[in-house]
Amino acid sequence: MLLFVAHRLLYLIPVLIAVSLLTFFIASLLPGDLAYTILGDQATPENVAALRKDMGLDQPIYVRYFGWLGNIVQGDFGRSFRTGQTVLQAVAERLPVSLELMLLAQLGALGIGVPLAIICAARSGGPFDRFMTGTAFGMLSVPTFLSAILLIYFFAVELRWLPATGYVPFAEDPLANLRFLVLPSLTLALAEWPSIMRVLRSDMIATLQEDYIALAKAKGLTPARILFVHALKPSSLTLVTITGINIGRLIGGAVIVETIFALPGIGRLLIGAILTRDLIILQGVVLLVGAGFVIMNFIVDMLYAVLDPRIRHGHA
Amino acid sequence: MNGNNLLSVEDVVVDLPTPRGNLRAVDHVGLTVGAGRTLGIVGESGCGKTMLSRAVLQLLPKKAKLSGRVMFDGQDLLQLPPEKLRKLRGRSLAVVFQDPMTSLNPVLTIGTQLIETLQEHLELDDAAATRRSVELLAAVGIPAPEQRLAQYPHQLSGGMRQRVAIAIALSCEPKLLIADEPTTALDVTIQAQILDLLAREQRRRHMAMIIITHDLGVVAGRTDEVAVMYAGRVVERAPTPALFKKMRMPYTEALLAALPKLDAAPHTPLPAISGRPPDPTRPLKGCSFSPRCRYAVARCQNEKPALEATETKAHQFACFHPIEAHADANA
Repeated sequence: MLLFVAHRLLYLIPVLIAVSLLTFFIASLLPGDLAYTILGDQATPENVAALRKDMGLDQPIYVRYFGWLGNIVQGDFGRSFRTGQTVLQAVAERLPVSLELMLLAQLGALGIGVPLAIICAARSGGPFDRFMTGTAFGMLSVPTFLSAILLIYFFAVELRWLPATGYVPFAEDPLANLRFLVLPSLTLALAEWPSIMRVLRSDMIATLQEDYIALAKAKGLTPARILFVHALKPSSLTLVTITGINIGRLIGGAVIVETIFALPGIGRLLIGAILTRDLIILQGVVLLVGAGFVIMNFIVDMLYAVLDPRIRHGHA
Repeated sequence: MNGNNLLSVEDVVVDLPTPRGNLRAVDHVGLTVGAGRTLGIVGESGCGKTMLSRAVLQLLPKKAKLSGRVMFDGQDLLQLPPEKLRKLRGRSLAVVFQDPMTSLNPVLTIGTQLIETLQEHLELDDAAATRRSVELLAAVGIPAPEQRLAQYPHQLSGGMRQRVAIAIALSCEPKLLIADEPTTALDVTIQAQILDLLAREQRRRHMAMIIITHDLGVVAGRTDEVAVMYAGRVVERAPTPALFKKMRMPYTEALLAALPKLDAAPHTPLPAISGRPPDPTRPLKGCSFSPRCRYAVARCQNEKPALEATETKAHQFACFHPIEAHADANA
């Protein structure tokens, strides 16, 4: 098992290098000169040349890449030329918001999707299954900005149960913090439960056809034990993948939802950096988010091994 | 004999709806098994023998329609409420499936799969259930049983897995064990071991057993009675010695002839049964075997022979021209 983990960890290194390469080169492909952006309209050619030399922009791109990478390895991701804040500070400030949103959204999506999938699979082809499959299909095609606005309309404007926008840190007032996060996480959960339910439902229906399920029935086990112990675990590999991808995606913040609900998360940081051409922040955040995504996939691989002993023992 | 039957299958019909029409998998089958006795059900693939066993176990596909009566230990399994049926399955009615590669759950340990059965039906604490599991694994000939409990099915060979499946089936001392092609998926060298194991445990536990197989050789020395199935029907049924002494149904004869023989000269062609079984969605008017039968006459194509007893009540067959009669006609 330890060997397996070490093996998978080794794979991470080339992937992370590729992520950093892509991030850096795509950022430098963006039109416009950073020096002009910083100095603004009034810049003289001399000022620009001096700044370019100062920032190392006159050097070849590979030299700049290795310089940047060298700094990152030492923990220096650079600092914003606008706010003076370092990338790590900016991310550390925003990350808890995005992580909390991601966590609550996943709990919500799994909380809705998994039980529905199990019920549908156990009664596949029945009226409830057909109704839920149709509903899930419909929900898949509802964009988040629409469900966000509808949720705000009903729960914030009409019923006045929850605040529409804003944020309070958890440490300051846990209850208020949760109240601010209910609608945004619900919006994301509503977008994600249909894929969770559809994937788990079809995997579970396939599993329920297996010989070992027939044997479990022949052994006289209770229907609940057959569903939860014998069928759920072998059916959840794709579910874990989907959840992993969802989590990885949300580490980078939910741009639309954070914008609509005015949450100061990573998504808003990214949007801000793009709009103000804050390349250093942009580069650093994209790299960190990419690394988060890759690490999340690594965790998913590890979970496969936990779920299926055949992967753990290198048989599959 | 009727009074002390442990299992009696009466007029069971299994219909499976398919896109090509209704498929009659089991066609008015009646069978009995006495306590402690062994019944062999023989027939080629698709003859309905597995569907019949699934009908007894109530494990048919959801869409299947089942009628008739399956009396087990004084209760009609078809009328039993699900909870009572569940308490019966695994407790007094156990099964071993064909393929041990797929019949054990790949993500649960051997121990879990054994212990859950024990604890479902018998009031055993964890320690007692573990102890009993080790005994069971040892009884079915698995070396180092304590270590096996923590292992997963993929860490065992096919033969070992089938032994585990047998241990699970035996765990609650069932009254009837249904072994559905228990050796088909195994190496030939392992087959005899598994069959001997089943026979030994059956004697020790005085349990009844149904062995389902396509191999007449498997049932020959190991059963009290044999039922030969073809196209969903029982076409011949007799005490095993009587059947092998004097088989009456041409299909049984053809099945036996199709067995490879050790003493045959090399490269002797195997006398396979020519043709294929009839399409079960298009039932024939006459005897289902008539298109492939070398003794068939016009009557066989137009009329379905009933399963009837002859001189000895125990030996029944469904044929207008049983083999002996034909031999007499030739003489």
